[in-house]
This record gives sequence, structure tokens and C-alpha cells, in this order.
Amino acid sequence: MIVRKVYLDHAATTPVHPKVVEAMLPYFTAKFGNPSNLHDMGREAKNAVEDARVKTAALIGAKPEEIFFTSSGTESNNFAVKGLAQANIKKGDHIIVSQVEHFSVLHPVKSLEKAGFKVTAIAPDKQGIIDPEDVAKAITKETVLVSIMHSNNEIGTLQPIEEIGAITRAKGALFHTDAVASVGWVPVDVQALGVDALSLSGHQFYGPKGTAALFVRKGVRIKPQIEGGVQEDGRRGGTEDVPGIVGLGKAAEIAAAELPNRSGYLLPLRDKLLKGLQDRISDLILNGHPTRRLPHNVNVSFLFVEGESMLLFLNMAGIYVSSGSACTSRSLKSSHVLSCIGTDAAAANGTLLMTLGMGTSAEDVDYVIEKLPPIVQRLREMSPLYEDMLKNRKTT
Amino acid sequence: MEQYSSKVMEHFAQPHNVGEIENADGVGTVGNPVCGDVMRLYIKVENNVIVDAKFKTFGCGAAIATSSMVTDLVKGKTIDEAIKISNAAVAEALGGLPKVKMHCSVLAEEALKSALDDYYKKKGLASPVTMPAETGHENEME
Repeated sequence: MIVRKVYLDHAATTPVHPKVVEAMLPYFTAKFGNPSNLHDMGREAKNAVEDARVKTAALIGAKPEEIFFTSSGTESNNFAVKGLAQANIKKGDHIIVSQVEHFSVLHPVKSLEKAGFKVTAIAPDKQGIIDPEDVAKAITKETVLVSIMHSNNEIGTLQPIEEIGAITRAKGALFHTDAVASVGWVPVDVQALGVDALSLSGHQFYGPKGTAALFVRKGVRIKPQIEGGVQEDGRRGGTEDVPGIVGLGKAAEIAAAELPNRSGYLLPLRDKLLKGLQDRISDLILNGHPTRRLPHNVNVSFLFVEGESMLLFLNMAGIYVSSGSACTSRSLKSSHVLSCIGTDAAAANGTLLMTLGMGTSAEDVDYVIEKLPPIVQRLREMSPLYEDMLKNRKTT
Repeated sequence: MEQYSSKVMEHFAQPHNVGEIENADGVGTVGNPVCGDVMRLYIKVENNVIVDAKFKTFGCGAAIATSSMVTDLVKGKTIDEAIKISNAAVAEALGGLPKVKMHCSVLAEEALKSALDDYYKKKGLASPVTMPAETGHENEME
């Protein structure tokens, strides 16, 4: 029996595109030089890194010299938040973030707060959107940095970055956006957005893990967080991961070419999946914004059931998803994002995050629509919360 | 989730004793949907022996498996024997639980004790049941 395998966890990571692997391979063996060396082997590696920089810059409308390669989205976010705040402290010591940022922004901001910076964390609305008006109200002449994500990695809500960018420019504050969840899936252009810094990560869009970049607008001062050699124009020490960087560049090149078609392919599948589930399952809530969301993101709370148990049954059916449930996290805490948008804690524990990819087919979606409803129904029949709800509905 | 024993997965995938008991002699509901687990345990008692036990659980794989196991363990036991069933016994019968999931076995013990307590109250008897000192839940939460 052939068991179907359906991977709907592209927000966790994507497979590496075969053309990316192909581009990387020579740089492990034949072309293994260190880009810092002046001999031919070094120059060959250096040229490959610079070629990748051009491609990565092109994907987001940046200049090559504005791209700094790092090891992860987390490193890019740490670099941006700490590096920009520390290098520009003369401007002021106030930082603005949203409450729904990834922990790789929130935790370094927390560290800066402990070191004396003042922090305003803006709450989203019920659909996860940050109101630019709230940024305008919070911003002062002391504000050195505003960091608001381009889209949320869990609920997929796209933020009004251009509007926020206009506010930060008027006040002379630096503006960083964590675009790790967006780049490769929706158009991201640093000129149109008006941002001073932007994080992106390779494994989020068919590049290798361990590869990422930070865009820093030319002329903006940033303090290096990894000190050592003068690699990356002195902004980030350490011998470059040449094969990884080549892979990131190739993934960026492929994404730039495919980008106009990616939304067109994913949106109908995303909406088919959501509608298929809504038609077959009662008492479910779509988290996030219905339209201002990533084209491959479906985040749904199934009331009266718990996420990990759904995830385990789906796993047995060969369907791989993530959950916002407290039980699936090591900290036993449910998602801070769901809590910030006002999702009831019990509902948050019954949340599945399903993220599609370019390899997801209509048949895959049909398979999930077939398999998930009986799992939810079976768990509801086992659930005391469902039993209580049915009894309450009868009596009212 | 990768650390579940095969016994846990067996009881999760095909849980025993799911359901309600009409006119149960004891019912206990414990846990909190905020933390992600609620267990309700029903017992039927004849001549001081638990002749049937059923459960309903909202929770993770471990919560469902421990519910299934505790209902298996109490069936055929006298009330006095059932009172002595500990969370460790439930976890052991399942071939162990991941450390972060041990609170689920505590919840199973609590659900059983709560049902036994309810049994004594319904009988109009003084309840000798003492609930476990710690639920495990608060300890596990950061």
C-alpha cells in the first residue's frame, strides 16, 4: 500500500530545491577555497559569494553591498535589533516593537531593556494587524529603532509596513522588519517598504538551513555582533559558509523568477483547504486576517479538541503540520501570538498551523480534507468540553 | 511527541473505555483547558468493587493514553485498592512517559481520586481520599 505523505509545514522549513543543491555541490569539494585568500582558489570562492550577494539583493530590491550574510533568521534579527540600537544610541534609547514578533526579536529587545533601553510593545488587533496610528502615537524623538515584522510566522498576517515606514522616516527612527516568513512567498521590496533593515532566511524558501541575510541600508550604522575578521565588510566575522551562501543566492534567484506565479499557485490551494475544512467541521476559527495573509498559511483553531492529539493522528495518516498547542511546546506554553490576538486559551490549544508549498498538489489538499474531519470528530467524541457544550446547547 | 513509548501510542490510537456511564456512582473532572488537559472519569461500583470505568479527555497524546490506562487499571479493583493507584503506577504501566508529560499521569491519578471522592459523597460517607499534593501542572509551567 502506498501511503500518501503530505508535508504542510513549510513555515517550519522547506526542502532544498534540487537546483540549489546542484549549485552548492562544487563548493564543498572542487571549489573549496576561503574567500579571504588572494590566490585563485580564494578568488573563486569570493566570486561565488559576491554572485550570491547580487542575487539575494535582487530578490528584495537592494544593492549588493547592503546584504550581510548570517547563519539564521535568528542571527539576522539579533544583529538588526542589537546592532542598530547599540550603534545609534546617540539618537535615543527608545525601541518600538510589536507584541507578536518572533522571539528572535523579542528576546534581544528584552536584553536591551535590561541594559537600560526603554521599550514599547504594540498590541495587534484581533486579526494580528499593527495599526500604524499606534506606532505614530508611540514614536518620540528618542525612538532609535522600530522593529515590526513583515508577516507573522504563525498566523500569516501581513503588516502595513509601508505606512509604518513613512512614520519612522518622518521621525528619523530606524526601521527594521523581520521578513523571514515573507521573503520568497510574496513580493518584498526594500525601496517600496522604506525599511532600513530587513531579515530573511534561506531555508524558508527552498534554500539550505544555516543561511540567512540581513539587509542594512547604505549609510546606516550597525554594530557587529560577531566580532573577529573583516568578512562581510567588517560587519560579521567568521569564514563565510560558501556552499550555503551559494545555495541562498540560487534560492533567491529561483524565487525572483517564480514569485509572480507562487501566489497564483498557492492562493487557490490555501482557500480550497480552508473551505474544505469549514464545510466539513463545525466550530472552527481561522486565526489571522482573511485576506491580508501569506498565500500559503492556514491557521485554524478547532474548538473542544487539543492540538497535539490532532497532530499525532495526522502524523499517522502521513500528514505533517504544526500546532499552537501548549502541549507540543517544550515550555508547555501556548502561542504568544494567539494570546495577543485574543484567542481563547482553550481554543489556542486546539490550533493547527498548516503551511503549503510549491510541491503541494490539489490531491494533497483533498487528502487532508478527507482525513482531518474524522480525526476532529473522533477527538470531540472523546472530549468532556464537547460533551459540556452539547449539553449546554440543548438546555439553552 | 517523538518520545512516546509504543504502549502510549497504542493507548492513544485505540484508547480503552472511552465514553460516559449513565447514573455513574462517581464522576470526577480535573484539569484546565488553559493548560491543555481536562479529564473526566466515571466509575460504576457494585459491592465495593469498581465494575466499570469510562473517561472523556481533552488533551494531548499522553493525556488520552493515561486516561485509557487508569480506567483499565481500576476495573475489577476494590475501592480501597483503587485509592492506592498512583500516577507512577499509571506511567509505569504505559512503559514510561516523557518528562514533560509526567503531569498527565498526575492528572489521571487526580481524576480517579476525584471520582472516588464523588462516590463517597454520593453515598453520604466521609471521604478518605486525599488529592495528590501537587498537580504537576503548575510545576511544569514556566
